[in-house]
Amino acid sequence: MRTELVSLAFAFGYLAILFLIAAWGDKRSEQGRSIINSPLVYTLSIAVYCTAWTFYGSVGRAAETGPSFLLIYLGPTLAMLLGWFMIRKMVRIARAQKITSIADFISARYGKSVRLGVLVTLIAVIGIMPYIALQLKAITFSHAVLTGYPTPPIQTLAQETFWLDKSLWVALVLAIFIILFGTRHLDASERHEGMVAAIAFESIIKLMAFLILGFFVVFWLYQGPLDLFSQAAARPDLVGSLGLSAVPGQALGWVGTLVLATLAFITLPRQFQVLVVENVDERHIKRASWTFPLYLVAINLFVIPVALAGLLLGPAAQEPDSFVLTLPLAAGLELLPLIVFIGGLSAATGMVIVETIALSTMVSNHLVMPLLLRWNWLHLDPGRNLSGWLLGIRRVAIILILLLGYLYHALIGDSYSLVTIGLVSFAAAAQFAPALLLGLYWRGANGKGAAAGLIGGFLVWAYTLLLPGFVQSGWLAPGLIEAGPWGVAWLKPYALFGLEGWDIYTHALFWSMLVNVGLLAGVSLFTRQSRLEQTQAALFTEALRPDVMQTPLWLGQTTRGELYQLLNRYLGQAATHRVFERHDGRQSSNARDESIAPPGLITQAEQALTGALGSASARVLINSVVRGEALDLEAVLSILDTTTQTLEYNRRLEQKSAELARIGEELRAANERLRELDRLKDEFVAMVSHELRTPLTSIRAFAEILRDSPDIMVEQKNHFLGVIVKESERLSRLIEEILDLARLESGRMRLNPQVVNLSQLARDSTDAITQLYEERQVTLKLRLPDQEAWVMADPDRLQQVIINLLDNASKFADSTRGEVLMQLEAHGKNWQLAVEDNGNGIAEEEREKVFEKFHQIQQQGQTPSGRPRGTGLGLPISRGIIAHLGGRLWVEGPHFLSGARLVIELPKLQAPHETQM
Amino acid sequence: MPRVLVVDDEPNIVLSLEFLMQQAGFQVDTAADGETALQKVHAVPPDLILLDISLPGISGFEVLEALRAEARYSKLPIVMLTAHGREVEREKGMALGADDYITKPFSTRELVEKVKNLLQEQQQSQGE
Repeated sequence: MRTELVSLAFAFGYLAILFLIAAWGDKRSEQGRSIINSPLVYTLSIAVYCTAWTFYGSVGRAAETGPSFLLIYLGPTLAMLLGWFMIRKMVRIARAQKITSIADFISARYGKSVRLGVLVTLIAVIGIMPYIALQLKAITFSHAVLTGYPTPPIQTLAQETFWLDKSLWVALVLAIFIILFGTRHLDASERHEGMVAAIAFESIIKLMAFLILGFFVVFWLYQGPLDLFSQAAARPDLVGSLGLSAVPGQALGWVGTLVLATLAFITLPRQFQVLVVENVDERHIKRASWTFPLYLVAINLFVIPVALAGLLLGPAAQEPDSFVLTLPLAAGLELLPLIVFIGGLSAATGMVIVETIALSTMVSNHLVMPLLLRWNWLHLDPGRNLSGWLLGIRRVAIILILLLGYLYHALIGDSYSLVTIGLVSFAAAAQFAPALLLGLYWRGANGKGAAAGLIGGFLVWAYTLLLPGFVQSGWLAPGLIEAGPWGVAWLKPYALFGLEGWDIYTHALFWSMLVNVGLLAGVSLFTRQSRLEQTQAALFTEALRPDVMQTPLWLGQTTRGELYQLLNRYLGQAATHRVFERHDGRQSSNARDESIAPPGLITQAEQALTGALGSASARVLINSVVRGEALDLEAVLSILDTTTQTLEYNRRLEQKSAELARIGEELRAANERLRELDRLKDEFVAMVSHELRTPLTSIRAFAEILRDSPDIMVEQKNHFLGVIVKESERLSRLIEEILDLARLESGRMRLNPQVVNLSQLARDSTDAITQLYEERQVTLKLRLPDQEAWVMADPDRLQQVIINLLDNASKFADSTRGEVLMQLEAHGKNWQLAVEDNGNGIAEEEREKVFEKFHQIQQQGQTPSGRPRGTGLGLPISRGIIAHLGGRLWVEGPHFLSGARLVIELPKLQAPHETQM
Repeated sequence: MPRVLVVDDEPNIVLSLEFLMQQAGFQVDTAADGETALQKVHAVPPDLILLDISLPGISGFEVLEALRAEARYSKLPIVMLTAHGREVEREKGMALGADDYITKPFSTRELVEKVKNLLQEQQQSQGE
């Protein structure tokens, strides 16, 4: 199984599958049925972050420096948490400006500067070279382990001639593979959907491979994690090497590595490619902000167990970087090492593919094209179609980049471990962070500052990390590190200006960032921005404001024909037609169209060119046909301000209309209340009139009878006169009560409160009503306490209430053996005076209704004849009076008799004045 | 001698109406609520009813409706009495088939006149 042939067959088979997936993805994209438009695919494509360095190096780093490898993954987690603010902003800018790479992004931010594009591209190529070398090394190294085990692979470059070095061939095979699926069509801003699909697939493969290996180690070699950890705990040397203290540089080293990983996660060209350029839908960022950290957790789950198992295995496990292979090999397994090899291959190829495509785009757009344009080579023959050229440049760039990677690997690669090489590249990529991130939020950052910062930071990086690499490979004298150049100690690359004791990455990061940020901020503050730079700075920093990017920014003039010719030369006819169609909505223009091109069309043409050539080159080309200036800062700002003002105006309008709606609602409610009151008033008036008419009817009828019948008997006459008198009294009483009620409701009832002995008052009230009770043949029983019951009340009004209650009670008491009980007793802080009858009582649901105006208790045939009906106002008035006196009046069920029990409750007066009453 | 049924829950009003009707030469029966009124109509059918609207229990309107629903009382003269002066009620009463509508307080002469006329009309229509 482990022969050269089988492993090569597996590797090529895997590459073939990748190619098919990429082709399928491209085809679906052309058909408009994208397979990558999903947050899951986006997450998996970001996982290109996990390279061979993760796959082999994490275990190596864990074995040597404990849990510090985790920092490499905590950084991206941190970055993703900020993703919704920062990455979304970059995605929006990249989409609006058709950004193709991080070099393009930085160049565009600082006025589409050609110089910055060149600078970023150079730094990227130099800085990332070690990283690509690392992947090549991982592939050849893992292959050597796989086929050679148990013989350890030869660590130095093959002594034979270079064409026998496998790394070279790996580089070339990969170059061809990348050319085949990375440069099939030109417009880089039309995303590489096939590539993203393939990368997502690779992320699945490497994760599965690592998880399978992890399960094998934990559950096959050992009886679960407990077994493994207890065996490791028995080895004190292992426990020490895996503790937190094993991290180089201690706490400072933690912070340094964390910051480094956070920055690099965004600024590594391949990360920028998948995070920003290839993003299909900005909502995916939100989902990825937790799914991607989850992926990182999964792929790191078994790192420590595998490292422990490798260390426990001893010499048979060989190098820590190769534990993932040697563990299954040592166990004598055949298929698992191959699966692990393919997993490592997928991790390495994923990185190399995306990185190389990103770098080649940068090289062709920002190094080669500007040179060709400047030297006017391409203007020799204006009729020539140059779109083929661009692809050619890109393909050559891919081969060159991989060869450079190989060269770095061949010359230096062996002197550093995998992790070390990776961090060196991280530190280089981190140099883009100040220009990139400050540029997103600080409008004042300018191109000169960015260039100065990049150059300064890069030089420090080269001095503190790259140069020592050459020294360790033996290309430079070792004295450089030990004693500093020319023996100057404060220039030692690992201890610059005497800063000693830090780990080399934190040390390099500190000095390079200090120089980078310092120069960027300092130079920006003391130099001026060009007009285009101001415009772009405004557009970038305000990117999340709505409608900013849709603004056409060209004020200069050109004809449609000229634009058409320009696009045709660089993009080909089909793409040119698409641009014009998109703008006009129909196919309209040709090379001889002399009409003026509208600003929107010029902007779209520039964006189309930017998609193919990068912003700086596109700028130069558009400038060559457009006469006049681009929109200057004031114009842009006025557009932005208009937007702000409109937004503000809209906001105020919304506020006003909400206010109006609220007021309208209040008015309607008030109107509703008034209507209800009006209805109640009408009802009240109708009821009052009804109540007044009733006694009046009797009075008039009998008066007329007496008038018209002079000859009726004296007895009858007297009876009728008696009725008239009684009904008149009833009428007066009614009028009095209506007035009382009106006073109570309007709050104009005059009360004369004084200290009253409720006991005495109750007794006095019975005197007034004794005759009535005798007439109605109702017995009144009193239960009044001997002591005085002091309350604060208007005695006349209170007596009115008590008499009203006694009157009512006598009306509703039993018709044959009427009985009423009046009882006064203390109840907490109150006195309660209850009047209870032995009638039929009041149903529970009726008990509150009796206090409604004109409510008549329905007692058909029960009210004994001769007992007059009430007016229906007595109880509402009584309740009103008691409430005015600070007490309560209510009805409850019987306590001693069978009927209703009405209770007056008044607060006890604590300090009685004996002089009163 | 024509029989008049007086329905009202106010004893004094019943007393006055009873006197007036007797004085006019009619036989008088009384009821203080709707339920009793219906019972009395069914027991001894009157020739005319003086019917108050607001009664305890079932109202005057309901009594009117119930009587008109029976074929034999469809022509029975019924005079509504009410202390509500509202036009709506008058219309409702007429729509339900009342023969007249008298608002309290009323003129005794007018009332007696109306009752006499209605009874006369009734006799005439029966005689034809």
